[in-house]
Amino acid sequence: MTNTLHRYGDADSFRDDYVVFAMCCRGRNDEGAVPKLRRFLEMALPFNPVNLGDARHGGALRASKSMNPASHWKRDVQPDFRTVIEGLNTLTTAAAVFDNRVAAEDFLKTVKAADLGLSVNISTSIDGADQCCHEADACRHSVGYSLGFEGRTAHLPNEDVLKLSTMCGHGMVSASFAKKMVDWVKEGRRTPAEAATYMTRFCSCGVFNPSRAKRILEEARTRQK
Amino acid sequence: MRVRFDPEPDVCPTAAFAPEELTWPRVVRRAFSDPRVPHESTGVEGRGTEEVKTNDVSDRVNVGEVGFTVELGRPGVGVWFREIQEMAWELARAGVVFEKRNPITSLMSDPRNGTIREDIMNEKVLSAIIEIKVPVERTEEIVRLVHAVEKRLDTVVSLGVATRCDADGEERTVAPILERLGYKLERAKTNTGLGRITNTANAAHPGEVAAR
Repeated sequence: MTNTLHRYGDADSFRDDYVVFAMCCRGRNDEGAVPKLRRFLEMALPFNPVNLGDARHGGALRASKSMNPASHWKRDVQPDFRTVIEGLNTLTTAAAVFDNRVAAEDFLKTVKAADLGLSVNISTSIDGADQCCHEADACRHSVGYSLGFEGRTAHLPNEDVLKLSTMCGHGMVSASFAKKMVDWVKEGRRTPAEAATYMTRFCSCGVFNPSRAKRILEEARTRQK
Repeated sequence: MRVRFDPEPDVCPTAAFAPEELTWPRVVRRAFSDPRVPHESTGVEGRGTEEVKTNDVSDRVNVGEVGFTVELGRPGVGVWFREIQEMAWELARAGVVFEKRNPITSLMSDPRNGTIREDIMNEKVLSAIIEIKVPVERTEEIVRLVHAVEKRLDTVVSLGVATRCDADGEERTVAPILERLGYKLERAKTNTGLGRITNTANAAHPGEVAAR
């Protein structure tokens, strides 16, 4: 699925959104690929990703299977990167999400030097990806453009909600839920960072960007004042 | 310190939700809506379409070709199979070839004319991707065709267009066509060309994506 391609926003709104992901093709480069995918994730850690994920098991923040009322005050909201890396045990897509271009560039340089043989893609603004490839001395092979949303767009929610909900391409962050988080932030019931972590937990591939979500929520709150 | 108690919004506090066992044809809804279950309705592994994400090793979209992903129902609106059928018929009338390893194509009773099996017409899914490949000269024609059909549908469409870059990493062919059609290109998925064939011998089904 095109799960990172159709994020809503203009190019500038992707200045803190760089999804770098690796995958293999069966019959071509899948032999011994699982440890390579794990290594890909491991190599991302020094560059301070805001999320890591594999498409089978989820991201660095996941839904809880059990909670008690005290979670309301004491819930751990730190991303658990180690669980993602150690949990990757099958052929899948491994993704690292960064909130600045320099980190994405440096990560891509490291991945190129490691020569894993996996297909590596960057999903961000066209210029952002171009610059990352240029800095890493990687020659772009193919490109898949998003032409945005067409048709009966009256069904779509407002821009803030759309920017948040489209960060999960599988639709696991519903528009109603994103709107609820915007409302909670505006009402002071949660901070933008807390609201961003709730939405991050729903993304089953780990490509949701909590840093961009926090910024969007902060902008929505500031605009209100 | 929050004094007011709001249950954590990402977990149902009374565990009231439980997945039900679904049977055909309703199981199609789950296959196209839940990324965490296998695509048992079609036999295609995962939900995925490969597009150009592994193009550096698969050559799925070659020089001079354009791959289209016409995703109906996304984001978050959903689509009925009868609407997917309308789009598929129009594309088939234009003489395009549907990508074989795609969940929608595998549900077609006759891929030559784009006919999807009748018993799922009244099923609604979160989104579904029709995937085709055409020569680059047909890019404008296909974009206009999709645009014409989507006006008749009560849903949204996310359109993706994929192509190869030149030997120097630049893409000079498709972007100008899309810009001439009025699209402002903001976001893309870029294959960095780092992939290479590493298997000692090609398997029986090369090109099948090993991912969801």
